[in-house]
Amino acid sequence: MALCVELGDEISVEINTRVRALEYLIQQKGLTGVVETVPTFRSLLVYYDPGQVGYDALCAALGGLAEQADTAVLPPARLVELPCCYDPELGLDLVAAAERLGMTTAELVAAHSGAEYLVYFVGFTPGLPYMAGVPERIQLPRLTTPRVKVPAGSVGLGGAQFCIYSVESPGGYWLLGRTPARLYDPEAAEPTLLRAGDRVRMRPIDRAEYDAIAARVAERAWQPVIG
Amino acid sequence: MAAGDRVIHVLDPGPQSTVQDLGRAGHLRQGIPPSGPVDVRAFVIANRLVGNPDDAAGLECTVLGPRFTAERVCAIAVTGAEAAVTVNAAAAPQWATLVLKPGDTVRVGAARTGVRTYVAFSGGLDVPRVLGSRATYLRGRLGGLQGRALRRGDALRLAPHTGPRRPRRLTAAEIPALEAEPEIRVVLGPQADRFTREGLEAFLSSPYLMLPQSDRMGARLSGARVAHHRGHDIISDGIALGSIQVPGDGQPIVLLVDRQSTGGYTKVATVGSFDIGRVGQVKPGQRLRFRAVEVAEAHRLRSEFQQSLAQAAGGGVSR
Repeated sequence: MALCVELGDEISVEINTRVRALEYLIQQKGLTGVVETVPTFRSLLVYYDPGQVGYDALCAALGGLAEQADTAVLPPARLVELPCCYDPELGLDLVAAAERLGMTTAELVAAHSGAEYLVYFVGFTPGLPYMAGVPERIQLPRLTTPRVKVPAGSVGLGGAQFCIYSVESPGGYWLLGRTPARLYDPEAAEPTLLRAGDRVRMRPIDRAEYDAIAARVAERAWQPVIG
Repeated sequence: MAAGDRVIHVLDPGPQSTVQDLGRAGHLRQGIPPSGPVDVRAFVIANRLVGNPDDAAGLECTVLGPRFTAERVCAIAVTGAEAAVTVNAAAAPQWATLVLKPGDTVRVGAARTGVRTYVAFSGGLDVPRVLGSRATYLRGRLGGLQGRALRRGDALRLAPHTGPRRPRRLTAAEIPALEAEPEIRVVLGPQADRFTREGLEAFLSSPYLMLPQSDRMGARLSGARVAHHRGHDIISDGIALGSIQVPGDGQPIVLLVDRQSTGGYTKVATVGSFDIGRVGQVKPGQRLRFRAVEVAEAHRLRSEFQQSLAQAAGGGVSR
């Protein structure tokens, strides 16, 4: 059984912070009957065992915690730096996106890698971070025809949102580049790299460095800088 | 022969046979679904018939089962969808303990009624636990046999068997019935207010046809349009087991054990966990209906389901 706690109906740092704070409070208090939680932009899905807690009692407990859920309760965020190769061979839409925005590819790369992004939540496919905070001057509507296959590691833009595809999947975002980092590795002890609440920065790298890091990632001898 | 040797040799895997246990809870927040059997009741009964704990790893087979040889003595049980089972070409019963001798060949045929058959092995299939579970998540290449379905030539190990060895067979009355047009109980929401009154009425009064594109991620249905009145997209939120998403075409999708953790389509209702297995046994081309119940009624149905499961096949085996 599950219930969905909605804390708003928009994508904003403030609402998402309250969602993550509510989840954190549930974890800290070890709320009876809660089995698992799934944070998203604006809501928290709470799986529970009705054998341990009734619906009304759980709603009351969650309502009480939601009132205390704000930035103050969360532990400090991690800052994760991910290398990204903005090469038209890997960022299949880089040239078209720059053209559409009326800027050079260098300007687009500088704008994208100059910003810091909040991971609002991880979901859809294993380890896929939903991020927002894309500077307004480089925002584009999603592709009219989504690609059937987007390679894992692809860095994509869609409106104010930005994501990194964690596994090969269909996708409708503009692909600007690719990170050699693995966001999902089913053979690793901790299969997913990013967590809700992380802050992410992209560090532009050239193709040679991309290939070098990719080789080390394949040997499981590389980890991103996490501060 | 020492315990832990490879004792089951796969001659034909069937189109999609995967190793499952009761699944990995706690990782949806990383985008990793629980997996596990779609029809939990059939899976658990199979384990009990071979004296295993309920969460021992066995096979879930879709549409057509596997053919395999046992290298040493072991017990198996085949439950779930109705299919022809043979041991060395002689017909053998489902929902029963089958004791195999070295060299015996088992074949689990095509599902005649239902979709998914389950095969339990005494001791359970011995594959490594990944994130606490042996269940296979195919899209994420996680768990089971290197995250994939069975292949011809695979050799499977059984864990040492410590449970009771008392062969038994369920009576006809004990075997869960597979209905021609099951009525599936749902709780409306969380976005039921995004649909028109006619759309909701259609959803609760018309039969829906199971489509062949259905899989462990979701059951895709076709029928009367569940019409929206304020658009079909929402800001992505979490997807519960049994969530019924309705995209722009008005056709419902019931999300199952390998579901995406979050999604941006409106959800008209949620199937109670107690009816997930019944959805998962509806064949493509067959129909089902939905009936709305209140939360309190859903809790009562769940506890009824759990009590009946606790007693099924002589009850669970303690470890």
